[in-house]
Amino acid sequence: MTEVAEPRVPLLAVERLTMRFGGLIAVDDLSFTAYRGEVTAIIGPNGAGKTTVFNCLTGFYRPSAGQLAMHHDGETLQLERIAGFRIARRAGIARTFQNIRLFAGMTVLENLIVAQHNPLMAASLFSIAGLLGLPRYRAAEREAIERARHWLNRTGLTDRADWLAGALPYGAQRRLEIARALCTGPALLCLDEPAAGLNPRESAELNELLLAIRAEKGIGILLIEHDMSVVMGISDHVIVLDYGRKIADGTAAEVRADPEVIKAYLGEEELNSLPKEVAADLEAPQT
Amino acid sequence: MTAASGLAVDTAAPPSIIWPALLKDALLAAFVAVLLAVPLVGLQTYDVGGGALGIRTHFDWVGFAAIGVFAGRLALRLLPRTRRQHEGRGGRAFSRVSAWSNRRARAITLTGIAFAVALPFLPFSSRYLVDLGTTVLIYVMLGWGLNVVVGLAGLLDLGYVAFYAVGAYTFGLLASDLGFTFWEALPFSGLVAASFGVILGFPVLRLRGDYLAIVTLGFGEIIRIVLLNWAPVTGGPNGIGGIPRPSFFGLPFARSAPEGVTTFHQFFGVEFSPDQRVIFLYFVILAMALVTNLFTLRIRRLPVGRAWEALREDEIACRALGINPTTAKLSAFAIGAMFGGFAGCFFATRQGFISPESFTFIESATILAIVVLGGMGSQMGVVLAAILLVTLPEFGRAFAEFRMLIFGAAMIGVMVWRPQGLIAHREPTLRLGPQPVSTR
Repeated sequence: MTEVAEPRVPLLAVERLTMRFGGLIAVDDLSFTAYRGEVTAIIGPNGAGKTTVFNCLTGFYRPSAGQLAMHHDGETLQLERIAGFRIARRAGIARTFQNIRLFAGMTVLENLIVAQHNPLMAASLFSIAGLLGLPRYRAAEREAIERARHWLNRTGLTDRADWLAGALPYGAQRRLEIARALCTGPALLCLDEPAAGLNPRESAELNELLLAIRAEKGIGILLIEHDMSVVMGISDHVIVLDYGRKIADGTAAEVRADPEVIKAYLGEEELNSLPKEVAADLEAPQT
Repeated sequence: MTAASGLAVDTAAPPSIIWPALLKDALLAAFVAVLLAVPLVGLQTYDVGGGALGIRTHFDWVGFAAIGVFAGRLALRLLPRTRRQHEGRGGRAFSRVSAWSNRRARAITLTGIAFAVALPFLPFSSRYLVDLGTTVLIYVMLGWGLNVVVGLAGLLDLGYVAFYAVGAYTFGLLASDLGFTFWEALPFSGLVAASFGVILGFPVLRLRGDYLAIVTLGFGEIIRIVLLNWAPVTGGPNGIGGIPRPSFFGLPFARSAPEGVTTFHQFFGVEFSPDQRVIFLYFVILAMALVTNLFTLRIRRLPVGRAWEALREDEIACRALGINPTTAKLSAFAIGAMFGGFAGCFFATRQGFISPESFTFIESATILAIVVLGGMGSQMGVVLAAILLVTLPEFGRAFAEFRMLIFGAAMIGVMVWRPQGLIAHREPTLRLGPQPVSTR
C-alpha cells in the first residue's frame, strides 16, 4: 500500500509458469514478480490454481513449463531444477499449509527445533559430535532454542512451549506453523490461507504479525488468502488468478476496482442482473 | 423422570431390558463358541500305537464352553454400566501405574538395572532363571532396536527378524569360514545387518503404513527362504553348527583348554562350573542391551532423532522444512537393523548353532508385539512387554496346552484396557519450561 522509497528488489521471478495434470491446465502461462520486503497476495476463486503455484515453488510439483528464478544470497537459483526438500535450505523458501501440518505428537518447542534441522545437523557433524555431546553441538542447540524462543515470544506461544502441538487451539496452531516456517530463516515466506478459520480478532493480530515480520526482517511474503480484510489490509501487491490464468496484477486498490476480477468472483450473468447501485457496492468483493 | 427414578437407574439394572433380544444375542455368542470349541477342545488326537492317530472326543467340554459363554454374555449385557466402570477402573489403574513410572523414571531405571545386574547372584537364582533372563534381554534389545524404526520413525516393519538372521549368519559364516571369534565378528554383524537395512529401505521409501508392512513382511521371508535354499553357503535347513562361544577377554569358558591357553576358571583360580558361561552370556547381552538403550535415548535428542519423529508425524511438512526424507528413513532402517544384527550375533554365539527355523515370521511378530504392547516409542514399555511376553508362556507351562490361550487372553486384556500400550508416554526431547519434578 505504502510506496517504497528505495528501488524494489526482486526476490522471486515467475516466468510463464504452466502446470498441467493430464488434460487439466491448473496454472496457465503465469508470470509475476515478488519483491523483497513486500507482501504479495495471490487471490482467486476456489480451484483457480493458487495452491498449485505454491506447490511448484516449494518443489512438491515439477512445473510442466516455465521458470522460477529465486534471488537468494547473491545468486539466482532456478527452483524447478532443485530437488523438493533442498528448496527450503538452498533457496530460503519456507511455507505453511492450507490444512495445518504440524508435528502434532511433538511439543511446540520441538516443532521449532525440527525446523532448524539443517544447521543443527551440520553442527552435530552428522550426529557424531552430537552423540559425543561435544560443546560445539551444545552451543548450536542453545542457539536454536534461543531462536525458537524469539519466535515463540513473537507469536505469543511462550507459555505453551512444552505443550503438544496437537493440543493447541486452532488459532495457535496457525501461528505455530508460521513460527516454524520462520525458524528456517527464510528469504521468502509462503503462507497458504493463514487466516482460514481465525476469528476477526485473531486475524487482526495475524495482520500485525505479518507486517512486523516484513518490516524487521526485510523478507518477502507470498500470501494466498480468501479473507479480504487480510489481503486488502497488508498486501503491497495483489495477483488475481482465475482458471489458472492471471487476470489482474496491481495494488489492492487497483485490483478491487478491476471489472475482470469482479466478474471472476461473481460471475458475469449475476453481475449483469444486479441493480446498478448494488453492483457498485459489490465492486469491493467480500470486504 | 424424577430424580429418584434416575437414581434407581444407576443402582439397579436398567428397567428397559428386552429379554428376547438379550437371549438371542447370548445364544448367538454360545453358537459361535460351539463352532470354535468343537475343533479346538472337542476333538483330541492321540497315539493309538504303530504311528497311527486316533481321535478322542470331548463334547462335554464343548458344552461347558457354550454354557460358560452364554452365561458370561448374558451377565455382560445385563450389567453394562458396571462393566464400563470396571473397564474404566482397570484402565485407570494402568494409567496410574504408567504415570507413576513416568514420575519415578530415574529411580525405576536404576532399580531395574541394579536388579538385572544382581540377578545371577540372588539366592533364588538358578541356571534356568539366568537363561530365561538372557532370552528376555535378547528380546528387550530387539524391541529397542525395532523401536527406532517403528516407534520413532513410524515405519511399520514386519520383517525385522531378517536383520536378526543376517547378524546371526554373518557371525556363523565368519566363524566357520574365517575363524572369527564373537568379539571380532560383532561389529561386522552390525554393519552387514545395517547394509541390509539400507537395501530394504531403498525400494520402500515411497511406501507407508500397510503397504510398507507387506513389503517388509516379504523381505523377512525372502531372507529366510534364501538361507533355507542357498545350501552351499548357509548349510540350508541344516544350518551352521559349531559356532564359537564368547571368551572373557581371551579367556575361554572350558573345563580344560588346549596347550598354552588359560581358561577362565584357571585364571581366576575358581572351580570350573558350566554356570559361569551362562552368567557371562547374561552379562554380555545385558551390556549390549544397555548400550542400545543409551544410544537410542541419546540419538532421540539429536537432529536425526527429531527428524525421525517429525517424519512419523508428517512427511510433507518435513520436506517443506528442508529435511531429506530419504536419508532420514534410510538411517532409521540402518540403525534399527544394526541393533538387530548385534542381537543376532549374540544369539548365534549363545546357541552355538543357527538354522533358518529360528528366524520365522513369528519372531518378527513377537518383537513387534513387544514394541506395540509396551507403548510405541517407550523404552521402559519395551522392557515390561518383553518380560511379559517371554515369561508368561514359561509360567503358563503348568496349564499345559492352555498356555497359549492364556497368553492370547492376556494380550486381548491389555489391548482392551491400554490400547496405547502399557507405558504410553513420550518424554519431550527438550523443554523450555522448568522440568517436572523427578524426571530426567
